[in-house]
Amino acid sequence: MFGAPLSIEWVRAMDDLLREFLTETNESLDVVDVELVKFEQEPNNATILNNIFRLVHTIKGTCGFLGLPRLEAIAHAAETLMGKFRDGVPVTHDAVTLVLASIDRIKDILADLEAANGTEPEGTDRDLIDQLEHLSLSADNADNAEIDEMAAAMAEEKAAEEAEGTDVYQVLERPLRPGEVSLDELERAFQEAEVEIDLPVEAAEDVIEAAAEVPSKAAAPTVTREEAKPKNPSSKGKASQQGVSNQSIRVNVETLEHLMTMVSELVLTRNQLLEIVRRHEDSEFKVPLQRLSNVTGELQEGVMKTRMQPIGNAWQKLPRIVRDLSQELDKPIGLEMIGAETELDRQVLELIKDPLTHMIRNSADHGLEEPADRIAAGKPEKGLITLSAYHEGGHIIIEVKDDGRGLDIERIKEKALRNGVTTEAELEKMPDQQIYKFIFAAGFSTATNVTSVSGRGVGMDVVRNNVELIGGSIDLRSTPGKGSSFIIKIPLTLAIVSTLIVEAGGDRYAIPQLSVVELVRVQSNSEHRIERLKDRPVLRLRNKLLPLVHMSQLLGQAEEGDLDEDNGFIVVMQVGSQSFGVVVDGVFHTEEIVVKPMSSMLRNINMFSGNTILGDGAVIMIIDPNGVASAMASHASGTLTDTFEDEQDSEEALVVDADAPISLLLFRAGSEEPKAVPLSLVTRLEEFDVSKIERSNGRDLVQYRGSLMPLVYVNEGDRHKSEGAQPMLVFSDNGRSMGLVVDQIVDIVEDRMSIEVVSERPGVLGSAIIRERATEVIDLGYYLPLAFDDWFMRKEIDSATKTRKLLFLDDSAFFRNMLTPVLKAAGYDVTVCSSAQSAYELLEKGTEFSAIVTDIEMPTISGHEFCESLRRDTRFRHLPIIALSAVVTPASIEKGRQAGFDDYVAKFDRPGLLAALKDVLTSDMGVAA
Amino acid sequence: MTPQNLGTVNGDDTRQGLAEHIQYVTVVIGSQLFGLPISQVHDVFVPEKVTQVPLAPPEVEGVLNLRGRIVTAINMRRKLHLKPNDSDQGMMAVGIEYKGESYGLVIDAVGEVLSLPRHEMEANPSNLDFRWAEISGGVHRLDGRLMVVLDVDRLLSSLIEPKAA
Repeated sequence: MFGAPLSIEWVRAMDDLLREFLTETNESLDVVDVELVKFEQEPNNATILNNIFRLVHTIKGTCGFLGLPRLEAIAHAAETLMGKFRDGVPVTHDAVTLVLASIDRIKDILADLEAANGTEPEGTDRDLIDQLEHLSLSADNADNAEIDEMAAAMAEEKAAEEAEGTDVYQVLERPLRPGEVSLDELERAFQEAEVEIDLPVEAAEDVIEAAAEVPSKAAAPTVTREEAKPKNPSSKGKASQQGVSNQSIRVNVETLEHLMTMVSELVLTRNQLLEIVRRHEDSEFKVPLQRLSNVTGELQEGVMKTRMQPIGNAWQKLPRIVRDLSQELDKPIGLEMIGAETELDRQVLELIKDPLTHMIRNSADHGLEEPADRIAAGKPEKGLITLSAYHEGGHIIIEVKDDGRGLDIERIKEKALRNGVTTEAELEKMPDQQIYKFIFAAGFSTATNVTSVSGRGVGMDVVRNNVELIGGSIDLRSTPGKGSSFIIKIPLTLAIVSTLIVEAGGDRYAIPQLSVVELVRVQSNSEHRIERLKDRPVLRLRNKLLPLVHMSQLLGQAEEGDLDEDNGFIVVMQVGSQSFGVVVDGVFHTEEIVVKPMSSMLRNINMFSGNTILGDGAVIMIIDPNGVASAMASHASGTLTDTFEDEQDSEEALVVDADAPISLLLFRAGSEEPKAVPLSLVTRLEEFDVSKIERSNGRDLVQYRGSLMPLVYVNEGDRHKSEGAQPMLVFSDNGRSMGLVVDQIVDIVEDRMSIEVVSERPGVLGSAIIRERATEVIDLGYYLPLAFDDWFMRKEIDSATKTRKLLFLDDSAFFRNMLTPVLKAAGYDVTVCSSAQSAYELLEKGTEFSAIVTDIEMPTISGHEFCESLRRDTRFRHLPIIALSAVVTPASIEKGRQAGFDDYVAKFDRPGLLAALKDVLTSDMGVAA
Repeated sequence: MTPQNLGTVNGDDTRQGLAEHIQYVTVVIGSQLFGLPISQVHDVFVPEKVTQVPLAPPEVEGVLNLRGRIVTAINMRRKLHLKPNDSDQGMMAVGIEYKGESYGLVIDAVGEVLSLPRHEMEANPSNLDFRWAEISGGVHRLDGRLMVVLDVDRLLSSLIEPKAA
């Protein structure tokens, strides 16, 4: 197949017939490639052979018809040889190689033909044709000679055989001049003159060294060339009646896109018509409209699928490549392909072809051991490369796995050190997984010897780049002695996914079918009923207890009480190893949909992976199973992470235990020691090409989402990398973003963040033991003002506070996450609440606090109301309460005083908050004037 | 593709930079008259079958299918902190293309096209509500009423920018 799209000029200039021929032939050739490799493995499979024969024959026939003598001659010679196979001549490696070489030559000529507007390129293919004919002839002769003569012939024809051996490797480097006769022809004439019996070609492999003899022999004067085209005994008549199995035409993608838009409009119009007809009971339009409706539906489906192709199309060339590699490297290699029918967008398909090929080459060359080593290791001699593809949670996963030796971690370390990508000390600390990933770095090849197959050091980084270009990611796993596997994950922005359409809270949603395990009908009197464990719904499903969540609750549309517990369906989903049930009101049907990306305005809602237009023209949201899973996980582990943007629906996460493990992002910046920041504070991890970093007004900036984002360095005077991609952590608040430049993002860990040593250094809250290592916990509050001047300067934390119990109330997860560590670092025992209601509950239970810090702007019950109500209660009349607010004006402060607050502090004024706390706690019970 | 294509989005700024007059499509939001530079208006349509997007910013009315494209509808009343539209009158939307994506600004009604001299536009009065000032490019004094020029780029970028979780 042609990689490049056909240009319009070309299309016009090229005869239609010829174009069709090119398309068809290229496709046929791809099939021949695959079939030949199969054939070599099963030489007795007549079906495969017939198939190949037919294809080559068709090519030959068409070439003759179109007046393409060069192509016809090669095709003819190849056909003849294959005719011999059909007659029962043993199939040899060399013969297949030769036929494959012919196929390649035909492809080359076709490419030239295309470029030259239908004229065959100059040149001759005598070299190939001679070899083909020679093999055919020798096959004939071997037939005649019969087996009893074989042994004798073996010895007798040694010399001739040697000559023949060189023959096979003879390639003419320039076209023949008039009157000149090629070496091959001379050679052949020479041989034909005296050779009656020939050997099966298997023996020909080991005789390359005889080349020196050739010139003398070639000097023989008999140059009468015989047009020895051995008759092909099989019927040429049956020709191409079966046709090419794989017919197709090429259509510009834009045309398809346009078609798709038009069809969508058609659907809408149809719907309107249906609506009108519905109002007129006995309309004569009813029947034709029904037909129109069905046809439209099918049309839409058809058009949608035109863009999709099975990934097997990208794999077509791989068996041939593996076969060639197997020969070249002298290793027996098997290729197993699973999931070839997995569909993906054709553009993505094109882009993934080359990386895949490269990875297969890598696996064959580096991954698989030499046969001897394999046997020594107790493995079968034949190495196995497994290629598999499947859909998973809105992505297509392609895995290339080998059962070889696994990655050589020592070699990678050595190379990484030599290339200066890392230091010995850093390597020490790195998990193996991370060390493996060095092979994705530029200029990294662990092959000790550069072979023609791979090992030029342009490998995996190119693969990674290509994959990342289409928004994918690449990962690898490796087990020493067992093999390694590369996993490519590509988002299916345009892929068709089968989804389950469900209803919740009056709206429809699509759930990718792949993550749906089963559906359970809920009824209060049946065995499947929803039970509760401390307010959390669960379901007994066979021998397991399944955590449940209501879809409308996930989407922040319903309160706990509003939900009808007795009726509905549970969609049992599995994401990774996590199983859970999502309760929905109704389940409709499954539908194949084309995923469209969310608008950039809505892309940060991680509950949706995209949206799509349903058959009836309505837009519907596609649920992202990963988003649901992480929401479930954060519910379950009670982490501070809050997946919802809308805080109102997180109210059920009443009290958040500040001592519970939280997700921490570990990174390195400026120095070797690991640094950490709560993951929930990080808005995004980004990588910018350093060329994107601009310098303006004395600081580094990047253009990010339509505005300029200032970059901040962990240590003053740090610089960003000089080339490549610069990783950074993006923190956003209130529409402003800051990029914290880091050297490397190390890992994400779930750990308790207990700051053991409070830092004196600005920018560091202190040190905590994370993953058994002392880790600096970064004080984000120090860096935010560095990015924007109006985030005021920070003063030293006063750490001389006794442990006091604090209740910290804020509806915003961002501030909860930001201030909790600050308060803890200042020595307070912090209890966090996300709403006034939950705070009341705590206080009601009798939990005692030394002080309360509360946000003012909160939904339902504001900070003012909260404070006023507490002041009315005699128990809390003297409890110090500090207000936190984004708005600090004399008027607001006055209002705060009236509500009964002891102090009023701006949200970002962390030193101010600490000072105020110290103040109210030392003055003890001091009610504000 | 777009029957009511009123102009192109690209290359207009330079052209208009030279022109004395700017053409505006006037729209009514609340009771206020607004003007959108005609070069930025892709089409005008009646938003139908809007799908609500849970967890979306409050200004986002929802998404809808406009001739096979998914359009994000923005409730301009909510963006401008005006009272929601109580009356049952049909909504209108102005189609805008911004950074390759389609948006629909949901407004009360579409008016006429006005050609106004560039120099007559005045800067925002200093006491203008900051939520308005954020997306207003200036004010035109028309006979009997004022027209606020909507700065489409600022409007949309203010919505697209990442917000704190």
